[in-house]
Amino acid sequence: MASIRLAVPKTAQSGDIIEIKALIQHEMESGFRRGSRGEVIPRDIIVRFECSFEGVQIFAADFHPAIAANPLLTFHMRAEKSGRLLFEWTDQNGETWRDSADLEVI
Amino acid sequence: MIRASLLLCVFAISACQEAAQPSQQSALTIEEIRSGYTFLTAETQALQDDPFANPGLLWVDRGAELFQSTIAGEASCASCHEEGLHGVAATYPAVDESSGVLLNLEGRINQCRTQHQSLDALAYESEELLALTAYIFNQSHGLPANVDISGPAEAAYQRGYDYFQTRRGQFNLSCQHCHTENWGKQLRGDTISQGHGNGFPAYRLEWQSLGSLQRRLRDCDTGVRAEPLPFGDPRYIDVELYLAARSQGLALESPAVRR
Repeated sequence: MASIRLAVPKTAQSGDIIEIKALIQHEMESGFRRGSRGEVIPRDIIVRFECSFEGVQIFAADFHPAIAANPLLTFHMRAEKSGRLLFEWTDQNGETWRDSADLEVI
Repeated sequence: MIRASLLLCVFAISACQEAAQPSQQSALTIEEIRSGYTFLTAETQALQDDPFANPGLLWVDRGAELFQSTIAGEASCASCHEEGLHGVAATYPAVDESSGVLLNLEGRINQCRTQHQSLDALAYESEELLALTAYIFNQSHGLPANVDISGPAEAAYQRGYDYFQTRRGQFNLSCQHCHTENWGKQLRGDTISQGHGNGFPAYRLEWQSLGSLQRRLRDCDTGVRAEPLPFGDPRYIDVELYLAARSQGLALESPAVRR
């Protein structure tokens, strides 16, 4: 169960460049660390993040083991019409976490 | 003869230094009390202050959900504590009236679960217990720690004080040696803080996670190569009480970000 925090402005003027922030709780275990008994701690990371607006992908990122735990992404989009933003994280085992936010263009 | 006078000289100098060292070194004065926040880099301070990106807020969010949710048909926390628990965390650790035992907030949450909600106690450092403590501590954000060290808590406070003053581990250091007598100095790459617990549960960059004050105490004990006490050990709860009183009104910052 991952906790997700999204920061999307509720409203924007048409043509505005808006900032979007997405934070997810995840260990992002790199696979390079060892435990107190010398055993390798298995890799467990998110590998893909995608953000779409009304079905159109506006931002995506591939994650690698050097990304810190609880990754925070900040990116921008041009607000042109009202609609819903969908956020999706996928881990190396195919498990996904989704959240959404609505944007109203006035 | 020269040697003897040199020796005398050294004695005289060290005696002077002894005299010059103020006795208040054994305790922090109110004027010099500083939160661990002030020892952080500007970037880490900015992360703590960011009302969105402070990663500790992930646990606060989760705690807010857990507080409202019913588990296995039992009453939720919110069904009794409708107004939330504003200012409550600042009074912990506190002596439980019915049992006479000193409880920290983790212990109090588990007491509620087992006695009033017919639920199992949560393990220390489990995501659920961290989330609930972070959520409840966050409702005392900005308030000073306000623990009662009189009456039944007096003995616990004294035990906590003794633990803090006692040398331990292969390094033979007490908490006092670093955090009262040498704070502000460099310990390898780090600046030694005053050792206040006012940011906990805190997100430590070293842990890449939120953790309790007891986890931090275990790290300190391990750091001086002492055997850390088990989580929830009453001796650590005594130390938590002493630390809260020692912080003399520093505002609570949980979830703080620490190195």
